Amino acid sequence: MIYREAGQFKSTYASDQALFPIRQDRVVVGLAVAAAVIAVPLVADEYWLQAVLIPFLIYALAALGLNLLTGYAGQVSLGTGGFMAVGGYAAFKLTSAFPGMNVLVAFLLAGLVTALVGLVFGLPSLRIKGFYLAVATLAAQFFLLWLFNKVAWFTDYASSGTITAPPRTVASIMVTGPAATAPVRYLTALAFVALFALVAKNLVRGRVGRSWMAIRDRDIAAEIIGVRPLRTKLLAFAISSFFCGVAGAEYVFLYLGSAETQAFDINVSFLVLFMVIIGGLGSILGSFLGAAFIVMVPIFLTNVPHLLGLAMPVALQKQIELMVFGGLIIAFLIVEPHGLARLWQIAKEKLRLWPFPY
Amino acid sequence: MREPTGPPAIPPGEPLLAVDEVSVRFGAIQALDRVSLEIRRGEIAAIIGPNGAGKTTLLNVISGFYHPSEGHIRFEGRDRTRLRPYDVAALGVARTFQNVALFKGMSVLDNIMTGRLLKMRGSFLLEALYWGPAMRQELLHRAFVERIIDFLEIEAIRKAGAGTLPYGLQKRVELARALAAEPKLLLLDEPMAGMNVEEKEDMCRFILGVNDEFGTTIALIEHDMSVVMDISDRVIALDYGRKIADGRPDEVRADQGVIDAYLGVSHA
Amino acid sequence: MLELLYGVLVGPVKDMASSPTFLAEVVIGGLAAGLMYSLVALGFVLIYKASGVFNFAQGVMVLFAALTLVGLMERGAPLVLALLVTMAVMGALAFAIERVVLRPLVNQEQIILFMATIGLNFFLEGFGELVWGSNVKKLDVGIPDSSFVVWGVQVNRLELTAAITAAVLVAAMAVFFQRTRIGRALRAVADDHEAALSIGIPLNTIWVVVWSAAGLVAIVAGIMWGAKSGVQFSLSLIALKALPVLILGGFTSVPGAIVGGLIIGVGEKIAEVYWGPLVGGAIENWFAYVLALAFLLFRPQGLFGERIIERV
Repeated sequence: MIYREAGQFKSTYASDQALFPIRQDRVVVGLAVAAAVIAVPLVADEYWLQAVLIPFLIYALAALGLNLLTGYAGQVSLGTGGFMAVGGYAAFKLTSAFPGMNVLVAFLLAGLVTALVGLVFGLPSLRIKGFYLAVATLAAQFFLLWLFNKVAWFTDYASSGTITAPPRTVASIMVTGPAATAPVRYLTALAFVALFALVAKNLVRGRVGRSWMAIRDRDIAAEIIGVRPLRTKLLAFAISSFFCGVAGAEYVFLYLGSAETQAFDINVSFLVLFMVIIGGLGSILGSFLGAAFIVMVPIFLTNVPHLLGLAMPVALQKQIELMVFGGLIIAFLIVEPHGLARLWQIAKEKLRLWPFPY
Repeated sequence: MREPTGPPAIPPGEPLLAVDEVSVRFGAIQALDRVSLEIRRGEIAAIIGPNGAGKTTLLNVISGFYHPSEGHIRFEGRDRTRLRPYDVAALGVARTFQNVALFKGMSVLDNIMTGRLLKMRGSFLLEALYWGPAMRQELLHRAFVERIIDFLEIEAIRKAGAGTLPYGLQKRVELARALAAEPKLLLLDEPMAGMNVEEKEDMCRFILGVNDEFGTTIALIEHDMSVVMDISDRVIALDYGRKIADGRPDEVRADQGVIDAYLGVSHA
Repeated sequence: MLELLYGVLVGPVKDMASSPTFLAEVVIGGLAAGLMYSLVALGFVLIYKASGVFNFAQGVMVLFAALTLVGLMERGAPLVLALLVTMAVMGALAFAIERVVLRPLVNQEQIILFMATIGLNFFLEGFGELVWGSNVKKLDVGIPDSSFVVWGVQVNRLELTAAITAAVLVAAMAVFFQRTRIGRALRAVADDHEAALSIGIPLNTIWVVVWSAAGLVAIVAGIMWGAKSGVQFSLSLIALKALPVLILGGFTSVPGAIVGGLIIGVGEKIAEVYWGPLVGGAIENWFAYVLALAFLLFRPQGLFGERIIERV
């Protein structure tokens, strides 16, 4: 009843294809955006911002990127960590080589570099499909990390082998570096992910998104209809890598502060893949839901036993975390392979009829 | 609907599609054996024959999915034997598939809009912005696709997921997707398979309508002989990869070779 | 520039030629490592050939088998008893996997099953650590890790035993798949679950059998790995290396898994020893994958895999 869309007729194709055709959706999204921009920085404490919200926004961006590649275009990738590393290291090199450069511009340029790298590693996708491609992306993952480890130029010859985000301001506000406050970093990450989500949504609802999904669903039929496979797949790799590269830059500059290659290892690739699977392959909203879910699980596992009065050693927590992740993946794939996003859709359907059962 | 086309760019009498001594092998199997045929502008040609005769292979080789080991294929007078499938599509050849190759993850509307891809000029950068030129283009194409949806009477299901539809409707959506490309040549692979009498009548109506109003040349593979007799201008019969008959429907029906291979004799 | 070319192309080859016995030892070391990869890859092939599922968790199954064996032996069980119990455990694991993971996902697309095995991988990793603890364990199977010398070249007893065991396993599996009735049924299942079900093949039983067999291979691989380098969690990561092996050898070929593993093992070692120093070492991290990638570009189905003919 709440969600009833009766009476909201669309008389033009333009209104039918709007981003949020249903009025209730517009209201909810408006409120959510207001809350995120205004309320959260005022209300949330340092811990929540630093440990939950900022990583959530960054992972959401990476999940968005991976979802475009794997969820929409159907190209399986286990190289997300490697691509994020490219973004992180590129941003570092850019800011150290051009101290006057606006750090936000550095992020975008880092994304561009990652897009080019993604293009190169995407070339095999014309000949290789499915899990074979996953193995090829593993080559990207391991090779890139080895490269950043071995070639000292990437860390500006630092003896510790770590890259550190230099302090930078935008419009006289400290955005990166030790002096940058959590609310500022949070808003920066929020701005980026909101913008990129909009871009992603625009792409997937138009010509590009349809050609991706065509390749994903039936690549041979798609080719016979006129979709050019190499061009389509390479575009997916490039754009996805762009997203992941910016996420990687944010990872170092807005979250970690300083990082080694280990921060981008294969576990990150798996983590982001889990976000996309649990959140929903082929769904923009799903990328956010999955990221939120995965970020919350360790928090949950840390805090719940504490609340219940049980003490849990750290090692045990890690083990249970692994088991929970693994178990949830299987559970989701069995119950709802389309993830949280589909569950959300089903909930909306139910809301349409509530309080009636059907 | 679509504006009537002007005088043909090639000399009249030249067929739209010419298949010339085409052979296709899969390992030890000779799927097509020196097949030659022509499809003329504006006609509806039916391709018949027993299973395994090479009918779908013929469509696949015309689509560019297979390349023949011998022979040539000419479209609008020019040789295009070695083109990739997407280039063949760009020339104006659209098709449907034997096992319905809809994109199950997309809605009916999106599936048909995919058919429109060749007509869409765009840069992904503009599309990332959406509002502005990209949106205008999208709406233009949406308007055209809606006319096809009207024509094929599938308005009610336009937002449904393509995978959720019953088989008959899936075939109709596939036809819509092929039409969205405004093709010169439409290849249909068993468009009536699995349909009941009413659905077949509807489908025949649509096919004849497409041929009549848009002047689209149609080649279809079909097993139902009453449909073949009713709607085709010409019938081509294949058996074991070879062409065994080619002519008007009544001629082919009476051909002894065709009767032996495929039609059989009625024992009244 | 010329120096660079010399360093990359000529120098390492000269090094190889200058000490043939050393080269032989590097190659043998590579073969031994490659054999380990092959054993893991064998488990993959078994499951893929028989159920069409790409079991990402094969590596962790190797680890789990080794952990169980060592855990039991640490608690005082003699080798043979521990081995029997481990086999029973792996069988039970196979049964559980079939019921909980495979049955609900029957006839889903391959990519969904693949991702389910990724989930399984993580679950078993956490579970194994939970039950058996996370410190490195030494596995002693009564075969000394010592070497003897043949024609001036050192040969390791343990590695030799591994090679012989692997050879026996491979022969057994080849016979099983080609000659027996069950083998034929397994190939049908791998091709199409629903079709196999519809002609009366008992899918559930088959899957338990297959995954148990893969568990057995995992035990063998676990023993070999564990005896060589101790039972630890890097074992499951090493199993990721089995993927390039499968690419080289083809996903459905038993001899392919062996040959692929050996090629990867030798290739890696040679690259590391002779070219590694030029770029700071640790080439082993990525060499296998890049080799597999290069291979894929020229021969997508691997050395022995079946050529995929797509129809429309």
